Amino acid sequence: MDVARYIKNEKDQIEDVILSSGIHVKTTYGPEDLEAIGFDYATDLGEPGEFPYTRNNFSTGFRTREWTTRQYTGFGTAKETNERFRLMIDHGQTGLNVAFDLPTQMGLDSDHPLAMGEVGRVGMAVDSLHDFETAFAGIDLHKVGAGLTINAVASIMLAMYQAVAEKLGFDRTKISATPQNDIIKEVIGRGAWIYPLEPAIRMIGDTIEYSMTVMPRTNPVSVCGYHIRESGATPAQEMAYAFCIANAYIDETARRGYEPEEFVGRFSFNLNIFGNLWEQVAKFRAGRKVWATNLRDKYGVKNPKNLMLRGLFAGGGSGLTKAEPENNIMRGAYYGLAAALAGAQSTALCSFDEAYAIPTERSALLSLRTLQILMDEVGMRDTVDPLAGSYFMETLTKQMEEKIWEEMRDVEDHGGIVTAVAQGYVPRKLAWQAYEFERDVQRGDLIKVGVNKYVTSEEEEVELHEYNEEWAECQATDLAELKRIRETGPVKTTLQALEGVARKGENVMPALVECCKAYATVGEMADVFRDVYGVYKEPNIF
Amino acid sequence: MDDSVQNATGLSADRAASAGQGPTATAADQAEPRHAPGHRTKVLVVKPGLDGHDRGAKVIAIALKEAGMEVVYMGLHQTAEAIVRAAIDEDVDVIGLSILTGGHLPICRRLMELLRAAGAEDLAVCVGGVIPKKDIPTLQALGVKGVFPGGTHLDDIVAAITALTR
Repeated sequence: MDVARYIKNEKDQIEDVILSSGIHVKTTYGPEDLEAIGFDYATDLGEPGEFPYTRNNFSTGFRTREWTTRQYTGFGTAKETNERFRLMIDHGQTGLNVAFDLPTQMGLDSDHPLAMGEVGRVGMAVDSLHDFETAFAGIDLHKVGAGLTINAVASIMLAMYQAVAEKLGFDRTKISATPQNDIIKEVIGRGAWIYPLEPAIRMIGDTIEYSMTVMPRTNPVSVCGYHIRESGATPAQEMAYAFCIANAYIDETARRGYEPEEFVGRFSFNLNIFGNLWEQVAKFRAGRKVWATNLRDKYGVKNPKNLMLRGLFAGGGSGLTKAEPENNIMRGAYYGLAAALAGAQSTALCSFDEAYAIPTERSALLSLRTLQILMDEVGMRDTVDPLAGSYFMETLTKQMEEKIWEEMRDVEDHGGIVTAVAQGYVPRKLAWQAYEFERDVQRGDLIKVGVNKYVTSEEEEVELHEYNEEWAECQATDLAELKRIRETGPVKTTLQALEGVARKGENVMPALVECCKAYATVGEMADVFRDVYGVYKEPNIF
Repeated sequence: MDDSVQNATGLSADRAASAGQGPTATAADQAEPRHAPGHRTKVLVVKPGLDGHDRGAKVIAIALKEAGMEVVYMGLHQTAEAIVRAAIDEDVDVIGLSILTGGHLPICRRLMELLRAAGAEDLAVCVGGVIPKKDIPTLQALGVKGVFPGGTHLDDIVAAITALTR
């Protein structure tokens, strides 16, 4: 899932290269390879900006518009997060990517016993609208879009975003939010789940439906192959599982009587980059084609705008090493290069110190600069899809496409993505792959520089982002104060209304917005869903 | 409404308290080897706290199983109380915690207190994950027997756990 496997002879010459997805790379490629795989320019590539979008979503690529950089930001309280947001915007960042702390992601207020020691640690603590008012103060929400990295309670956070925008005087039809809102991948890989899959997927349907009718510039779902890959998936599985998940959300929404054509254009993807450069670029080129083909053939989608695989192609943490952490700066640059060669619409990099802690200000800025250098100095805006026509790249792209379809069929053969995940098939497979990867790196069968080759014994000390215990105290004081001054009547009635619609199976979004505006807390809203829906249980995979 | 959270994480106030009434053997009582020859080491692998990044925990669970140990995989979102109770109920030799958030000191402190209160301090506690070097002496002083920062060889972890339970 990371570096390729190199089979060498006794003279240390490479005899075979096996990419993570299982594709063998040859020594040279020529026209005969394209012929052998039945390569056809019109059907396999097409022009940039045309079906099947293998080359790029847009005809002019980065010439018209460079990529959006979305470094993941947010820590401590809303106040610190607001300062970091403004700093990143001043440095030229064009979109916000909000990190929430774990209690918020898990729908727990900062004063909950389980939140102890975690308030503000890995992201911003949000208890109520009051925190969002502070976090987004002074930011032009008509201009800057916000990625909200939250899943189990994404519906709550999207409602909160609408509430804060309206409170700060922005028009809900002009603000752009991208909640991550992909619960299936949480169950596969990131673990911030609360509710059972069925009602959790239904709530995702609610946000999609709500975006269509009330918040037209919202991208309600960002399907994450990213975390699936971090959990041990190969690049082909990453794409395949992401597409199967997206199909599950399409099915949920279509069930309500909407045509996929009406809403799939709002889906975006969050995908990963680390490991072999060629495999990554081929993966994205093939991925655009598979997604467009899937939408056209399975769902009858026709509008070109809706057929595009839009999203964040971001440098992944799993490629980075704890050993010799500064090597990760170079790794990040190559991952950024892969993103550029693949025509990423938006991108971000894990910072070099993320194997130790969340990024410092300095390391986050280094990541941003790495991406800016690619756009402004080394020629990544010059021409669209620069690797097109390479015998190697086109062969590999086609092989990757076949692998992705194969993995999608495998999921179907195991009952579809929801069953394959809930009954443990996918998690078990990924855990084993992660184990085998670890074992092979430790045996030296897969090479990581500084880890098992060119190893130095010196240990470097890294400047770390420190957790400030005072944030938790501030947050607790603020929350207590909020509970004291807010009017309890509206809190109670809006929460009761929320419970009513949840029990009836109606769309929960309008009721959530009212709860947020009444300053109900995230924990109070999440608890309503806990009562109505229950909680998820992990399958036993060992 | 809090009850549902507590159920989700296996915690309830009563049971947490009863963790204090488990088996009473202490390390000092045990002069002879803990186990008869042929005893299969039993390890509880668990992620305490709210973080859900479980790749490392799962890799370790598989590595320990592959090394012939018995593994009880407790999974995500567990409280110290639930972990101690499960460790006693399952009669494990080792508790392996995977912590990536930086919360290892308070979590280990709490867990060691609960183990002592339950008279189960002979259980070996190990912790792996994102653990800065400067925290290792503190963890050892708390009674943590094995600290395995990210990047530690799987073979070394297996060897260390084997040595702890010999």
